[in-house]
Parts: sequence; C-alpha cells; structure tokens
Amino acid sequence: MPNTQQLEDLTTQVRRDILRMVHKVNSGHPGGSLGCAEFFVALYSEIMDRKDHFDMDGIGEDLFFLSNGHISPVYYSVLARTGYFSVDELNTFRLINSRLQGHPTTHEGLEGIRIASGSLGQGMSVALGAAQAKKLNGDNHLVYSLHGDGELQEGQNWEAIMYASAKKVDNLIATVDLNGKQIDGATDDVLPMGSIKAKFEAFGWTVIEIEEGNNIEAVLKGMAEAKAETGKGKPVCVLLTTMMGNGIDFMMHTHAWHGKAPNDDQLAIGLAQNPETLGDY
Amino acid sequence: MKTYTYTEKKDTRSGFGAGLAELGRTNPNVVALCADLIGSLKMDQFIKENPERFFQIGIAEANMMGIAAGLTIGGKIPFTGTFANFSTGRVYDQIRQSIAYSDKNVKICASHAGLTLGEDGATHQILEDIGLMKMLPGMTVINTCDYNQTKAATIAIAEHNGPVYLRFGRPAVPIFTPENQKFEIGKAIKLTEGNDVTIVATGHLVWEALEASKVLHEKGISAEVINIHTIKPLDEKAILDSVSKTGCIVTAEEHNFLGGLGESVARVLAQQKPTPQEFVATNDTFGESGTPAQLMEKYGLNSASIVEKAQTVLKRK
Repeated sequence: MPNTQQLEDLTTQVRRDILRMVHKVNSGHPGGSLGCAEFFVALYSEIMDRKDHFDMDGIGEDLFFLSNGHISPVYYSVLARTGYFSVDELNTFRLINSRLQGHPTTHEGLEGIRIASGSLGQGMSVALGAAQAKKLNGDNHLVYSLHGDGELQEGQNWEAIMYASAKKVDNLIATVDLNGKQIDGATDDVLPMGSIKAKFEAFGWTVIEIEEGNNIEAVLKGMAEAKAETGKGKPVCVLLTTMMGNGIDFMMHTHAWHGKAPNDDQLAIGLAQNPETLGDY
Repeated sequence: MKTYTYTEKKDTRSGFGAGLAELGRTNPNVVALCADLIGSLKMDQFIKENPERFFQIGIAEANMMGIAAGLTIGGKIPFTGTFANFSTGRVYDQIRQSIAYSDKNVKICASHAGLTLGEDGATHQILEDIGLMKMLPGMTVINTCDYNQTKAATIAIAEHNGPVYLRFGRPAVPIFTPENQKFEIGKAIKLTEGNDVTIVATGHLVWEALEASKVLHEKGISAEVINIHTIKPLDEKAILDSVSKTGCIVTAEEHNFLGGLGESVARVLAQQKPTPQEFVATNDTFGESGTPAQLMEKYGLNSASIVEKAQTVLKRK
C-alpha cells in the first residue's frame, strides 16, 4: 500500500501531466481536472479493487465511470500512471488518430474506458446499469462514478437519482465534484441549485461529505467511510468539495481555466509550482 | 403468380412479446427494461417468468437508455421497451453517446411506430425514427411486417453483437410469413416474382404491397414484391438484382419519405444503377388522430397508393 508521500508525489506528477497535455494541443479542460487529481489518485491507487488487466465486462473488480467527460486529462493521466496504458501515449492527447480523444470514448479501444462521456448527465444511469449487472452476476464489487456539480443541472441525473434509491442500488458510490463553478461562472450565478446534500438526502441517498477534496488523506478517509456505507439498502453519494485549478496558483479561485490551456509562460510557472516527481512522459 | 393469404391477424408487438419470452427461457443473459408500458409492449410473460431480469424504470426513458448501456458491462443483453417516439427522438443523445458511440450491445425495441398507432395522434406517431436510427454509425435498423417475423427478429437480434433498433407496431395485421422462420438480419425476402415493377416494402406496408401486387396482376402488370425487413444494413444486391430485371421500383414504408427506406434505396440506385423510383411514404408531415385504416388512406400508405405509384413509375421507364 503506498504511503501518503507516494500518493502526493503521484498527484503532483498528474498535475504536471494535465498541464503539459492541454498546453501541447492548446485545448482541453485543466481546471476541473486539477481539482479532481487527489480523488482520481486515491480511487485508482487505494480505494478501488482492480484486476491487473482490462476487460470491458469488469466482472470481479470495482468499476469507475466518469460522467463529466471533459476532465479527461486527469482521467488519462491516472489511467496511464496506474498501468492501463503507456504514459508515452499521453503525448497524443487530442491529436488526430489518437485513442485519447478530447472526451473519453470506448470507440478507440483505450484500456480503462468503459463508456463514452462528454455530453453531460448520462454517467449516473450507466453506472446504475453496471451496478445492477453486478448484482445479477453475484459480483460483490462496487461501482464508482464522478459527476460535476454544474452537471446536475441536466435532468437525466434526477431520473437516475430517483431510480437508485427506489431500486436500492446500494453498490454504487456516486461522487459529485463540488467546485462551485461551470463554464459561464459560479454555479450559484448560472443556476443556483440550493443544497445538493439536502436534495440527495430527500431522494433517499446516504450522503458523505469530504470538505477537503484536495487533501489526499481527507479523500481516502471520506471514500473509506462511503465504502462502509454500501450494502445497506441505499445508494451512497459523496460530496467532494474541491478547488478548480488546484495546485497552480493562478488557476485557482476562478472559473477562467475551465476549458482554457496555459501558454508557454503560464506552463513554466505551473510546472515550477509542481516539481517533477515520477518523471514526465 | 404466388399469392399470400392469412387466417389470423395479430399485432406485431405481440410477436415481440413472444420472442422476448422465448429468449427469457433460452438465453440467461437477456434482460428487459421498460418505461411504464409493460402491457403495450407485451412484456408480461417475460416478466412473469424472469422477474429478477426485468427492470421497471418508470417514466424516464433517458435513464432507461443509460441503464441499458451499463447493463451490457457485465455481459447482459438488454432489451428496452417503449413506444417508438420515446425510444428514439426523446432519447437521441443518450442512444448516440452511451449506446451507439460506446458500441453497447443494447436492443432498442420500439412499438407503436408510425401512423397506425391511431387515435393518440401526432405526439405519439413518430414518422422520423428510421432516419434518426439509421444515421447512427453501427446501428442496425429492422422493421418487421407481421407477428411471426417480429418474433423471429426478436430472437435473432439477441445473437447479433451490437446495437439494434427493432421497430414494430400497434394494430393487428395479417400473419402471412411462416411460423418459426429463421430471421437473417440484412437479408431481404423476395415474396413474389415479377418482371414489370419492383416493390420494396418494409413493416406494415409489406402486406399492402402484396395486396397491391394482386390488383396490378389483374391489370396485367407483373410486380416483384420484396420484404426488406432490415433497412440497415440494406440488402443492396437483392434490390439491384430485381431492378435489373424490372427497370423501375416503388418503395413503401410507414415513415417520412425524408430519411426512410426510400432514400436508402435511392442512394444505392443513384450510385450503382440509376432507376426510376416512386415513394410510398408520408410527405414531410406529422400525423393526426384517426383509425389506422383512415390514416393509412389519408396519408397514402395503403395498397391503393402502391398501385398508383407503380403505374406512375412504369410510365417513367
């Protein structure tokens, strides 16, 4: 089991990967990716029980579905750095003929990806189906999913949230990235959603809050708590409070870096704030 | 001339229900989902025999398509059931991203397609679904003509690995294809031999095409009727072979002429063998309330329309 320092080193390297990937092609979504770096590292390094090879059905292991597919940089970086494909392939992000499409897809056969996402609001339904398939198969492993907070404005989520508790899908841990921001600004300005916690609870979910979503130990602790709540007849929601752009000072406290790449100077500053740990791709 | 008769009429949706029930007995991976229309989709028998493999989703079609996609991860073969309108137009992006682009083995089974849904009117009568579905890369599109063929197609698509759109309807229509037939996806069936005009029909219009061929025969016109149950992939060879002989063609479908079977046939002919073609289809319009027979007459989708179009196209040879 890796220690905290090793996980933090991996997180720092993932931040470098994210910056370098979006900088190279001058496109992509660094803000939300950086905010979720600790979550992805915790999930793939510690939390999930994963087989040592990838197959689409994923029977006998935990599964993860990314619903807010635009944070593909963090997903690709962590998948590569936890052994799904070569880190060299991160060089091909968003290039023509690449398996690392702008938004994740199964279409190109990239190991680790089980569903296309990008058009928002669809991932929870997919995760529910996969969770119910696990029950049919007598597979006691869990299904994890990640959703943006702005993404909850898509109505399909609420169909899924209603269904999950009604059908007692208690082998699902759906995490919402509460960074409070979306493309047009603060979620509270674009479309205030009130208490997301109260909404999930009203829909019959168990809610676990991780207030320091960019603290690896807090994430590990919160996710372990969430895991302990599975199998009790209710779906589990994790509300993960994160900072968009975390780890790069000028990308924090703003929504400006939702879908914008750093220029050469900005890249240099960002990389200087995150010294190489495991080696760049 | 080979003629077809029938002793019984039955709805094609009941053929789906019977096929699904049989799959429930023979294929443990088949699961079914429904968005609050069990009775309309005739899914009762499957549910009775396999309650643990049935998912009542409620009135939430978008969620149903996503759950179906997820169920394939773990090896299940999900069959979704709702009306054609709610199976396609309402959930197009869910099908596009989570099923078609993700190449998931989901069978989208759609009842009450077209005008013959009848009295409920245009909100429920989709005439655009074949176009919507055939435009999705990798999607197989099937529109069956009677109870027996719908049952056979339902069973066959479980063996096909990939997304399928299976379209059928509400009213009782003549059963004229064999019981326990083997259904081959993408293989057209020649029903009558003829030399003067080819009639390529799909779904409920296949029987109307056979009726039309009898009338044409009495007028001394020999029609070759082809049942093209699979619109994608299209059996191009069957069409080209037939028009090589007849030199003209009528396509017939319960769908808008924009985006339907007729346009698929026209593309093949334009590229490989330009041939005069007439379309029996709706003319870029919504439907309305009425009995199925009244609607088929008003919108020009019955055997009389096929006869008329056949006579028109013959003059263009």
